[in-house]
Amino acid sequence: MAMGLFAFILYATWATFQNSHYYAAPYLSPFYSPCVSANCTYQTAPLVGSWWKVSPALAVVWIPLGFRTSCYYFRRVYYRSFWLSPPACAVADARPRYSGESRLPLILNNVHRYFFYLAFALAIVDSWDAVAAFDFSGHFGIGLGSLIMLTDAVLLWSYTLGCHSCRHLVGGRLKLLSAHRIRYRLWKGSSVLNRHHGLFGWTSLGWVGFTDLYVRLVSTGVITDPRWVLH
Amino acid sequence: MRSADTGTQTVRLRIWRGDSQAGRFVEYSVPFNDGEVVLDVVHRVQATLAPDLAVRWNCKAGKCGSCSAEIDGRPRLMCMTRMSLFDRDSPLTIAPLKTFPAERDLVTDVGFNYAVAGRVPPLAPRQTEPGEHHRIWDADIERVQEFHRCIECFLCQDVCHVLRDHESNKNKFVGPRHLVRLAELEMHPIDTADRRATARHDLGISYCNITRCCTEVCPAGIAITDNAIIPMKERVADRFFDPLRLLAAKLRSRPDSGPAK
Repeated sequence: MAMGLFAFILYATWATFQNSHYYAAPYLSPFYSPCVSANCTYQTAPLVGSWWKVSPALAVVWIPLGFRTSCYYFRRVYYRSFWLSPPACAVADARPRYSGESRLPLILNNVHRYFFYLAFALAIVDSWDAVAAFDFSGHFGIGLGSLIMLTDAVLLWSYTLGCHSCRHLVGGRLKLLSAHRIRYRLWKGSSVLNRHHGLFGWTSLGWVGFTDLYVRLVSTGVITDPRWVLH
Repeated sequence: MRSADTGTQTVRLRIWRGDSQAGRFVEYSVPFNDGEVVLDVVHRVQATLAPDLAVRWNCKAGKCGSCSAEIDGRPRLMCMTRMSLFDRDSPLTIAPLKTFPAERDLVTDVGFNYAVAGRVPPLAPRQTEPGEHHRIWDADIERVQEFHRCIECFLCQDVCHVLRDHESNKNKFVGPRHLVRLAELEMHPIDTADRRATARHDLGISYCNITRCCTEVCPAGIAITDNAIIPMKERVADRFFDPLRLLAAKLRSRPDSGPAK
C-alpha cells in the first residue's frame, strides 16, 4: 500500500508540474479539470486571469489532495505506512508518545466534510468531461479515451458517494431514519458503497493516473486514439 | 508433523507461563486431531503436561469472550481458532493479552474495561405518555443491532495501539469496545441524550486514528471502525469542528424578538 501511494504521489507531482500535453481533443486530463486559468490549453471556465503563470493544475489539485488526505480510509493507509502508528496490528508504535487526532496538525482531518463538498462539485465537472469526451467536433463518437474518461467518472462517483462524511451527512447523523424515507434510502445506498470504500479509493486513484497518462500519450502522439465517429 | 496411519498430528506450543511479576515461554509438544481448535490443544497440555496451567474459558462456542489470547502474535479467541490454520513445523506461540496486566499464565486482569465502562452515559429513554409504549421501526434499530453482537472478549481493546503501546493513554481513551457502546446508545431511537461532548472530552474519541485493527480482530464481525467509531467522529465534528453548523446552531438558539407565531 505504501509503495502504491508513494508511486501515485510521484507521478501526480510530475504530471501536475508538466503544464503541457494535458489535452488531446476531446479529452482533458482529470489532473487539470476544471481548467480555470487563462493560460489553459482548453479552458473549462474563465475563473482565473492571465496573472496565473504556473501550471493550471495547481488551481484545482488541492481539492482531491485534501479530500484523499483527510479520507478515513487513506488516513489508515498513511498512519500505518508512513507514521508507523502502528506499522501493523499488534506491532509496537514507532514513537513513544501518541496524541492521535486530538491536536494539531492531525485534528485538521476533521474538515473532511468540506473537502467532500468540493470533491462532489469536482465529480460533477469530471462527469461533464466524460460526456464531452463523446463529442468529436460536434459529432457523436466513441473513442478508447471516451471509455477511459467514463470509467474515471464512474469510479470517482463511487468513491465520493461512499465517503464516510457523505454517509453521515445524507442520513447517518439522524436519530430517527424512519422519519426521513428519502434520506434513509440515500444512507443505505451510501452504506453499500462505503463497504467498498477502500477498493474504490484505490481504483479511482489509479485510474485518474492512468487517464492522465493516456491523454498525455495521445497528446504527444506516442499512441493514436482508436475511435468511431458518427458523421 | 502428521502421522500417516492415524491422522493424528503433533504440534509444538510455546505458551507463556508466569504471573504479574515475571514470566517466560515454555515449550510443550502435544498431539492434535483434525478439526480441533487451539483451546482443545491447550486443554490437552493442561490435562497431560502442565496441570497448573491457568487458562480462562467458558462456552467454547465463541459467545462468552473468555478465552482471548494472542496466537502467533494475533489476538484471537482460542475456541474459534482452528489448528488447521497453522499447518507448519514451527512452534505455535500462545501469549496472554498484552494490553492488560498478567494475572497468571494466559489469564489477564481485564478490570480496566469494567472500570471505564461507567464513563459512557447510559440510555436516556424518551418519556412516554401514560399507557403509551415505545414503538421502534426497523429502519431505526437495524444499525444498532450489529453492536449487540459484541461478546466483550476485549480483543479490540487489546489490539488497539492507543492502549497497547501507550499506558498513559488509559486514563484519556476508553478504547474501541466502549466507543461501540457509545454508538449503540447514541444511535438508539428512543434515546434523548447528547454524548458528543463526552465522546470528545471524557472518552477520548480523538485519540483513535482509525487504523482498523479493532475491526480486523473482532470475532463477532462488527465493523467497529466504519459503523461505530467513524459515525461518532462525524457527530463530534458536527458539534465541534463544523463552523457552518456551529453558526446555524447559534442562530437557531438566538432568542426570538417577537411573539411566537
